Amino acid sequence: MPLTIGVPREVFAGEKRVATVPDVVGKLIKLGFAVTVERGAGDAANFSDDAYRAAGAQIAGDATALWAASDLVFKVRAPVAEEVPLIRSGTTLVSFVWPAQNPDLMQQLAGRGLTVLAMDSVPRMSRAQKMDALSSMANIAGYRAVIEAAQHFGRFFTGQITAAGKVPPAKVFVIGAGVAGLAALGTAVSLGAIVRANDTRPEVADQVKSMGAEFVPVDYQEEGTGVGGYAKVMSEGFQKAQLATFAKQAKDVDIIITTALIPGRPAPKLITTEMVKSMRPGSVIVDLAAEQGGNCELTAPGEVVVRHGVTIIGYTDLPSRLAGQASTLYANNLLRLAEELCKTKDGAINVNFDDEVIRGATVIKEGTVTWPPPPPKLSAAPPQARPAAAPPPAAKKSGHGHGAGEPMSGKALATVFGAGAVLFLLVGAFAPASFLSHFTVFVLACFIGYMVIWNVTPALHTPLMSVTNAISSIIAVGALVQLAPPPGGAGADRPDGLILGLAVTALALTAVNMFGGFAVTRRMLAMFRK
Amino acid sequence: MSSSLATVAYIGATILFILSLGGLANPETSRRGNLFGMAGMAIAVLATILGPRVTAAGIPWIVGALLLGGSVGLYAARKVQMTQMPELVALMHSLVGLAACLVGFASYIDTSIEFTGAEKSIHEMEIYIGILIGAVTFSGSVIAFGKLSGKIGGKPLLLPARHWLNLIGLLVVIWFGYALLQAPDINAGLMPLTVMTVVALLFGIHMVMAIGGADMPVVVSMLNSYSGWAAAATGFMLANDLLIVTGALVGSSGAILSYIMCRAMNRNFLSVIAGGFGTGEGAAPAAAGSQPAGEVTPVSAVDTAELLGSSKSVIIVPGYGMAVAQAQHTVYEITKFLREKGVNVRFGIHPVAGRMPGHMNVLLAEAKVPYDIVMEMDEINDDFPETDVAMVIGANDIVNPAAEDDPGSPIAGMPVLQVWKAKTSIVMKRSMASGYAGVDNPLFYKENNRMLFGDAKKMLDEVLGALKG
Repeated sequence: MPLTIGVPREVFAGEKRVATVPDVVGKLIKLGFAVTVERGAGDAANFSDDAYRAAGAQIAGDATALWAASDLVFKVRAPVAEEVPLIRSGTTLVSFVWPAQNPDLMQQLAGRGLTVLAMDSVPRMSRAQKMDALSSMANIAGYRAVIEAAQHFGRFFTGQITAAGKVPPAKVFVIGAGVAGLAALGTAVSLGAIVRANDTRPEVADQVKSMGAEFVPVDYQEEGTGVGGYAKVMSEGFQKAQLATFAKQAKDVDIIITTALIPGRPAPKLITTEMVKSMRPGSVIVDLAAEQGGNCELTAPGEVVVRHGVTIIGYTDLPSRLAGQASTLYANNLLRLAEELCKTKDGAINVNFDDEVIRGATVIKEGTVTWPPPPPKLSAAPPQARPAAAPPPAAKKSGHGHGAGEPMSGKALATVFGAGAVLFLLVGAFAPASFLSHFTVFVLACFIGYMVIWNVTPALHTPLMSVTNAISSIIAVGALVQLAPPPGGAGADRPDGLILGLAVTALALTAVNMFGGFAVTRRMLAMFRK
Repeated sequence: MSSSLATVAYIGATILFILSLGGLANPETSRRGNLFGMAGMAIAVLATILGPRVTAAGIPWIVGALLLGGSVGLYAARKVQMTQMPELVALMHSLVGLAACLVGFASYIDTSIEFTGAEKSIHEMEIYIGILIGAVTFSGSVIAFGKLSGKIGGKPLLLPARHWLNLIGLLVVIWFGYALLQAPDINAGLMPLTVMTVVALLFGIHMVMAIGGADMPVVVSMLNSYSGWAAAATGFMLANDLLIVTGALVGSSGAILSYIMCRAMNRNFLSVIAGGFGTGEGAAPAAAGSQPAGEVTPVSAVDTAELLGSSKSVIIVPGYGMAVAQAQHTVYEITKFLREKGVNVRFGIHPVAGRMPGHMNVLLAEAKVPYDIVMEMDEINDDFPETDVAMVIGANDIVNPAAEDDPGSPIAGMPVLQVWKAKTSIVMKRSMASGYAGVDNPLFYKENNRMLFGDAKKMLDEVLGALKG
């Protein structure tokens, strides 16, 4: 019996998005599910009931019918108070939940014996990127932020020289270069503005530059990357230096877009009243952190206000303002999640807790709260300088094994030392003194070789082999000393002729190596050019 | 030249050799490193010739031998193609091995220096071990040369009870070593020495015959190591510290290379040497493991050109197939064209790509690809998700996702280049035949993978034509 996926109409005020779109309905049916959509669910995003029907979905007359018919519910917003009683026990709900901010809702949902997967809790790892609805929504928010700014800004973004005079390009400053920030600065760049950006995580500087914007660093040394590639709370000294930087920018730019969020905390106040006052009249601030209180002190969440001549946009529903696009991306995120849940493609789901992605997203399983999940094993960001826990295995420095600096395990080390000690004891017990001096040289040379060779870059391994080959023709010295030794040794019956023959042959053979090896190495190395 | 002077010269030569190897740490200093090596060798040879152990009577012989061998060597060095480097290196290893044998025999029949008691035993043991290593190096390298140049088939030859054969060989060698120590005079001692040499030669042949084509990087670097140990053993028998030090340097160099290669294949050194990869024990889990299924999507050279031309970043992963097809120059032409258009083209090199360590780097360098866009696996593996096109040229096992996903796969756990994470991957291959390890490659069936069938050189020429046209 295949499960039915239900898609209700969003009832949250002003919410225009819908959790699936007609294109995706077909793909869900291919996975073996049946799909039911509430009447009018897609209207606000310009997806008609007919389009859903044409894609193979059933249309349910009202919310009560839909919730009753669904085994698996795809939603955008977390259920509101009037929706909760409609949910059947045993249903699996997939939507944004924000478990940290909504403890009461979590209790209610758990009380009804549901399984809940929160799209906001999908772990940040490469494999889960296709399900990362936060990123796809942030992308839209970033784009829309620039469009809203352009709407309220009284000038062109791009600089122009026209017959009627010169238009300077708009200057845009983006705070926080996460997904939303990068989308915003990309959009602003493509509109022709001069764009600068700042972020507490220094590794995003390259990403900023790659989008054609300028990175404005804060002149203070501190690593700002927290768990999972998100930002963390910075020290007081840093915050001071940061505010000074922002104050300087505020005087200079026309548009500020703030996207600074720290997971599970109120948004940091980065734009003070003073800074707003220092901006030119007609400037625009778009505060993408408005829902968490705003990065600007004067932001009114959900509204557009004008303070000291500066328009401050505090919309909290930017993705919803691009409802068609947002619904399509969100529907695809859900489709990818459905594929992970239903690997057998038979319309049944398996909430597999061995799967790190599913485990992370599942906040309630069969009525038991399973949030927060155990910390993820992999981080999206490069490992920090001094990792507290074991670093991910992918973070190994280079192609070298336990070369210089990377310690062996204690057990292996003990074995090696033990074997070495036994060997040395044997040698020491039986070998004569003359042998020992050579043995000393030999052992030390092995160590020098070990140290030197680990430094050789893998790209030069072939030249390394040919040069060591040439060097091993040092055996020629052995042939040379046998070839014509001074007379007068103890043994008079030395078979000179035979030895001469052997030695000359050996010498000729090694000469091939000696000259050939160095010559071919030279030829190869001459080719390595920048 | 006095004995002390010669010794000092030897120390100088030793230092130069160490600097020479140290110079290879990066391409900038490597050329100077090679010069250091040459200088060290010249000093060592001259100091020996002018030193107290060589009389004037030997000079004509020495000059003759050096001229003869030197001209052969220089000729080979000039003529060899870069794709043939593994063969040349293997051949040179065999010469060192043979020379070590000859010097060993000469040293044994040389009566001009008398030893007694423990020193005599040690001396004979040194000769014995020196010849043993030399002989194994010689015959092993000859077989490796044959395999690399295609004169001998690449498939591993697996004799029944091969481990027992090796064990018996070892016992024979130990027994005759004992016999040598008991031998009353030189003539009596020659017999065990000869028998041991024959056994060692057979062992060398058998060892390399049992190893297949893709394990060649390990074998070549292992033989490199052996040639060093042979030199060191010769140094012990002649009580010559220069030989000992140099041999130890070369020996540890080869040993480290072998270790790096083994780790790059996630394989134990012993299991490579024991041979027989992908057969016998390996076959059962391969069959039990999930067989990839689905359809491959072929692509034409013109479409490939279009994909490459419209991308922002490209990673090229070359393998042995590129060397076989001699396609490196065309690859460079394509790279140059794309880079001029502003496409970020880089190369991802797996440590065991090709038939010897660093093989791909040398080929790309020959084609004038700048070395700063040629990356190691660890440097580039994280960049695939941001890459538009990953182009695999004549490589298979080193890009096989089964190594990561399928614990039943014979190559499970081997680090691989994650080309499937790129937006599109293109695999150039002659046919759908599986790679050396005999493992089917699920990469080919991935949704974002395209197959460009045909000879690498020919297809790349067409791609280049389409790009320019």
